[in-house]
Amino acid sequence: MKKTKLNGNTILLFITIALFIVLYAGGCIAYGEKGFTHFQTFLNILITNAGLICISCGLTVVMLTAGIDISVGAVVAMDCMLLAVGMQKGIGAVPMILIILLIGVVFGAVQGYLIGYLQIQPFIVTMAGMFFARGMTAVICTDQISITQETNELFYNIANYKIVLPFGGYTNNHDVYVSPYIRVGVVVALVVLIAVFLMLRYTKFGRALYAVGGSEQSAAMMGLNVKFTKLKAYVLCSVLTSIGGICYCLNTMSGSVQQALGYEMDAISSAVIGGTLLTGGVGNVIGTFFGVLINGTISSIVKTNGKLASSWPNILTAALLFLFIVIQSIFAVLREKKKA
Amino acid sequence: MNNKKSFWQKVKSWPLLLPVVCLLLVMAVNIIYDASIGNNPFSFFKITLQTTTGNGTILYGRIIDILNRGSEAAILALGMTLVVSSSAGTDISVGSVMSLSASVCCMLLAGYGVTSTSELAVPLVVGLLGALLIGCLCGAFNGFLVAHLKIQPMVATLILFTAARAIGLLVCNDMIVYVRNDSFGFFGSFLGPIPTPIIITVICVLILGTVLKKTALGTYIQSVGINPKASRIAGLNSKTIIFLTYVLCGLFAAVAGIMQSSRITSADSNNIGLYMELDAILAVALGGNSLGGGKFNLAGSIIGAYTIQAITTTLYALGVSTSQAPVYKAVIVIIIVAIQAPPVQAYFRKKSAAKNAVKEVA
Repeated sequence: MKKTKLNGNTILLFITIALFIVLYAGGCIAYGEKGFTHFQTFLNILITNAGLICISCGLTVVMLTAGIDISVGAVVAMDCMLLAVGMQKGIGAVPMILIILLIGVVFGAVQGYLIGYLQIQPFIVTMAGMFFARGMTAVICTDQISITQETNELFYNIANYKIVLPFGGYTNNHDVYVSPYIRVGVVVALVVLIAVFLMLRYTKFGRALYAVGGSEQSAAMMGLNVKFTKLKAYVLCSVLTSIGGICYCLNTMSGSVQQALGYEMDAISSAVIGGTLLTGGVGNVIGTFFGVLINGTISSIVKTNGKLASSWPNILTAALLFLFIVIQSIFAVLREKKKA
Repeated sequence: MNNKKSFWQKVKSWPLLLPVVCLLLVMAVNIIYDASIGNNPFSFFKITLQTTTGNGTILYGRIIDILNRGSEAAILALGMTLVVSSSAGTDISVGSVMSLSASVCCMLLAGYGVTSTSELAVPLVVGLLGALLIGCLCGAFNGFLVAHLKIQPMVATLILFTAARAIGLLVCNDMIVYVRNDSFGFFGSFLGPIPTPIIITVICVLILGTVLKKTALGTYIQSVGINPKASRIAGLNSKTIIFLTYVLCGLFAAVAGIMQSSRITSADSNNIGLYMELDAILAVALGGNSLGGGKFNLAGSIIGAYTIQAITTTLYALGVSTSQAPVYKAVIVIIIVAIQAPPVQAYFRKKSAAKNAVKEVA
């Protein structure tokens, strides 16, 4: 007889998923007549948050090693600006995307080196990274540049390509059947999500991340290269941020200095709501995915209402953060009592 | 020979070495730049009296400007130093708390829903006390989470980082509230020839400095930061002390918030205190304080705060635009913290030890 143990972390994941369902159901009941019940509403949450899913996955990886990366929002802004300016200068979409991924690797390697090998606090390093990326965006260009069909045909087509789903449609007021659709970004985000999930669960590197986050000393004693593992974690986070930045750009189709302000905090709160501990060693990208969905549902509800002040999503997210943090700490206290 | 060596060792072990060197470097850059464009090389240090139309005769000069503009960061750095020392974590909510307390202050002074006024709805003191109270409450909330629920400081303060600014917007009814009243504007303008923010900063520093010197609070905070368990066994109430540092941090954030909103005589919730938490944390790190808690040096943090402002002012003087300045700031920060990093320090120590060994053999 095999019995899966219900420990604090699995319960947290269940609470997260349950909360998402409750929130979404609440939205459906309250705003059913405004189209909240349509499958497309759910898909729209995925479409707008495709970038955030990639970035939150990256942050989860870093947070598993007890680190943090607050540079992600600024890096997204830099990526969008680079894409916009590069394509305006006539560079093709594919080389531009490769350049951005390469920049992600370099950026992550520098941060990872400073954190892993020079043992500087992750918060300080990535704060400098955030300053650097945000400033670099302004150095590249201070104007808002939009990407149009003339700038790059291929990129424009990718951004506007609809992947129509064969199920879940509805008939609208004019008796026309409307099929639900997703965009390319969603596919990319879901592929990233599954890839990171599998990597964390089944690869040596994935298990090493948990080990390093759980206890650096024990990990080192087991023969793991703690410094190199940390470096790799930051490189992975940066690459995922670059991918997320491209997805984000596919949505906004523009580059500007003020873009993605506070995105890092959205990503961090998604991961925390999803049950990832900032102390490291505990976490799962599935939880993070639902964290993103919860954030998306809140802002979607506020937008559908249309009368609520723009600051409500922030307040609600903070309240949820508070709730989850308190639950986490209660579990931590209970666990310690069990040990004693 | 022996004397000279011990002097060098003294200099090397001086806790304020790093911040002072940074400040001197910034000044050197200014002097070189002024000399290269043909100005008086020491125009950086020149302070003159100028007559203005609005404020009468005031002190004018780049140093005064740095002291004036750096006030908020310096005041925030005071609270941040205590928080970092006691709990080995950073309070990232100070910028948002600044914004919230400024909003509350202006809302009380103007009355709810009023967007622009030149008459105060309540006495000035009520508005100020309300803002300070909100600051303390925010600090108490953070302190409760960190001290009693044992949550990582960064996560605990992330809640108010997200919420405080939004609540401030709600308090102000999603508008920018203008309080065009001289008695409110006083905190951001001039007292005689001297800018008021400088005076407020000096008062804050003096009060906190005296309290830390005359009472055992400073030692308590350090001992809690170095080892909370040991200090508890020694009879200190670690929880209360950590809680207290967060309340103080919130209080100082409120003071800084009032000051910044008084400068523009309005509560611009979206922009007041934006990124200030980063400046405050940076000031603490620049001041030679370990972000891992324990021993702290208040003077270092204050010098650190003014160094950051000096860097910013210098960059503007060199013609770098506001939005591009962060690039240089980032590079400077990384260089400074890399020098302080344990492996780098160990490397230097090894090198100097090897040098000494060679000398002794010879």
